[in-house]
Amino acid sequence: MAIQTIALDTPVPVRITDDRTRRPADNRAGWGMAAPFVVIYVIFLIGPTLYGLVMSFFNSSLQRNGLGSAAGLGNYAEAITSADFWSAMWHTVLFTLMTTPPLVVVALLLAIFTDRLRRGRWFYRLVFFAPYVIPSASVALVFTWLYTPGIGLYGTWLEDIGLTAPNWLADPDWAMASVALATVWWTLGFNFVLYLAGLQEIPRDLYEAASVDGASQFTQLRRITLPLLRRTTVLIVALQIIASLKIFDQVYLMTAGGPNFATRVSLMYVYDYGFTDFRTGYAAAASMLYMLLILAASLGWFILSRRQRREA
Amino acid sequence: MNSPPISRRNLLRTTGLAALGGLGLSACGSPFASGVAGTGPSANTLAYWNLLGGGDGVRMVAMQDQYRKQHPEVNLEAVTLAWGNPYYTKVTLSTLGDQPPDVAIAHLTRATILADAGLLEPLEGDLLTKYGLTADNFTSTQWDKAHTNGTLYAIPLDTHPFVMFYNTDICQKAGLLDSSGNLKSLDGPTALVDALRAAKQVTKAYGGVFSINNDTATPWRLFSSLYYQLGGGSVLGDEGRQIVMKDDLAEQALDYIAGLTVREKLMPSSVDYGGATTMFASQQAGFYFEGDWEVSTFITAKTPFSMTQLPNVFGGQYYVQADSHSFVLPRDAKRDDKRREVIFGFIRSMLDQSKTWAEGGHIPAWKPFVDGSEYDTIKPQSNYKGVADAARYDDPGWYSGSGSDFEYIVGSAIAAVAAGQSSPKQAVAEMRTRLTKYANTAAPV
Repeated sequence: MAIQTIALDTPVPVRITDDRTRRPADNRAGWGMAAPFVVIYVIFLIGPTLYGLVMSFFNSSLQRNGLGSAAGLGNYAEAITSADFWSAMWHTVLFTLMTTPPLVVVALLLAIFTDRLRRGRWFYRLVFFAPYVIPSASVALVFTWLYTPGIGLYGTWLEDIGLTAPNWLADPDWAMASVALATVWWTLGFNFVLYLAGLQEIPRDLYEAASVDGASQFTQLRRITLPLLRRTTVLIVALQIIASLKIFDQVYLMTAGGPNFATRVSLMYVYDYGFTDFRTGYAAAASMLYMLLILAASLGWFILSRRQRREA
Repeated sequence: MNSPPISRRNLLRTTGLAALGGLGLSACGSPFASGVAGTGPSANTLAYWNLLGGGDGVRMVAMQDQYRKQHPEVNLEAVTLAWGNPYYTKVTLSTLGDQPPDVAIAHLTRATILADAGLLEPLEGDLLTKYGLTADNFTSTQWDKAHTNGTLYAIPLDTHPFVMFYNTDICQKAGLLDSSGNLKSLDGPTALVDALRAAKQVTKAYGGVFSINNDTATPWRLFSSLYYQLGGGSVLGDEGRQIVMKDDLAEQALDYIAGLTVREKLMPSSVDYGGATTMFASQQAGFYFEGDWEVSTFITAKTPFSMTQLPNVFGGQYYVQADSHSFVLPRDAKRDDKRREVIFGFIRSMLDQSKTWAEGGHIPAWKPFVDGSEYDTIKPQSNYKGVADAARYDDPGWYSGSGSDFEYIVGSAIAAVAAGQSSPKQAVAEMRTRLTKYANTAAPV
């Protein structure tokens, strides 16, 4: 793995170096610059995670100082044998399955559409990205109104064309889909921008050459655009899966895990046990198990992207 | 440009110093700065936390302003936090972290849990007498409930029962009012259903409404009131270690609710909290079932309404689900009697303003006001003042109380019945399964 370093204090303007020959001064400067981040990362992420890991082996309580009595693997055993825990895990995966495909495909379609525009491209870029900057609380509020039975806009629209609106957030069969729909609208912009950047990286002359050779628009899309977007797609899919697994805000705000626990996702479960029931030790164990799920997803991405780098 | 350009290093140095200086200057003022500097609040500051965000919150602010006027020497720092678990989490963590507020509002059902965890200061001694905070000045049900294991830990402020709001125009047209314009008694097994039917005829939409979607508290409040009236008694026993719910009576109460929403469609089976309030305010429903605090909403909306106690549907001994706000003193080793005097003075000032508080719908616990003639002039808020004695609190248990997982579990199952998604039998079985797990778990407090 070669790294380019620009050394300012030597007459050699650019040199190729690697870890073995890099001078200690460079290292020091590097660590110094990374220090603010590393300090914050250790204090707010590594530290609490390790503390959480320790806590998961104790009967820790929110109502008491310290770790409490030792629980051994008791918390883990309780979580693994709990039907509620597994149903929360399944809801998390279900939400990920419901949101990831549309968030990738629709973002791609919109990006291709915007990329082809001759004028007003800035407008569509703005319009498609804008929802992403809205805070989750506002999104939840707006969609709760849109979904309100009887007076909500979505229900009214469906009735106008002669359909019966489902009971969006109150029907256990529809609640998760409704939360997913709101999420797709809300977070689409991020993937859209990544795809747009990926599209603009593709050299125009490839398309010109292809059309000279008589390739149709569709063939160009299939043989040039999609293959050259593969790296972007892998990145987007991975980021999206991880983001979807982290679902909490929308569920907490729109359904509070209901109706009758039909949308309670893992983080909501952890929140319920840790904060409502004060059982922080058990909640820590549940979140460690949940972290394994996210680690597995991240590992998948790591392997995929490494293979890709080797191919490249 | 002749002057030398500012170097980046100098700029950083200067702005950094300026920022530090700013922090130093404001350290006396802002709680943030004093927290960072570790200086703590100044001696004359009284930190007061509450979770009153609705119409009652507006009245609490008025009472605080009145206190500030009377006590210019005290710097009252009142903080209103989000209702429910987040609030109790903050009270707990601030107490464990030795930075608690001087005085905080807690539901009586929650004060017991905090006291059990050793987070509250027991209230005893002559100072209480000096400020009149003694048994004879409080309604007895609330005063008793403020004790945990025989020790007083809270000073009750009020009781907020589940009540019935009714639209006076609609009820007039439906022939449900008596000659003096009050609602006729709806006690008994059929009267309420008949009244809802009559109201539905007038509104052409619904007879009544209560919040179901994304709300576990309201279904629980309605259900438990009916269940208690049926003679069901406790749901939890032995401090939450036993489930003593009478399943047949629970099913009967659930079936009654399902009859109103699903079978007869006298009430909507799918409506959230805001939606329910809107329906009542916009005359789509003649009756509305909720805690008394919503009175401010309908006064503001100029809805022609009145309110009364929930009818005794099943004719047993009258009970209604309720909770109370109270003042508690989170444990603080630094607190001395001088400070306690300020705190008790503040609590007394709040109690003395019970009239303002009663206008927000809650039934004050302060006897000098409740027994006085002034209360009766506050209409319709005094219509249901008698139910303070019939108030029934959530059963004690570490996972019980307002905003607890007990209400979440039971409320979710009840809401599913009210929405027509599960049968009373299924719901009761579900409650039992989930609650049993809690009953078998060692209390974390």
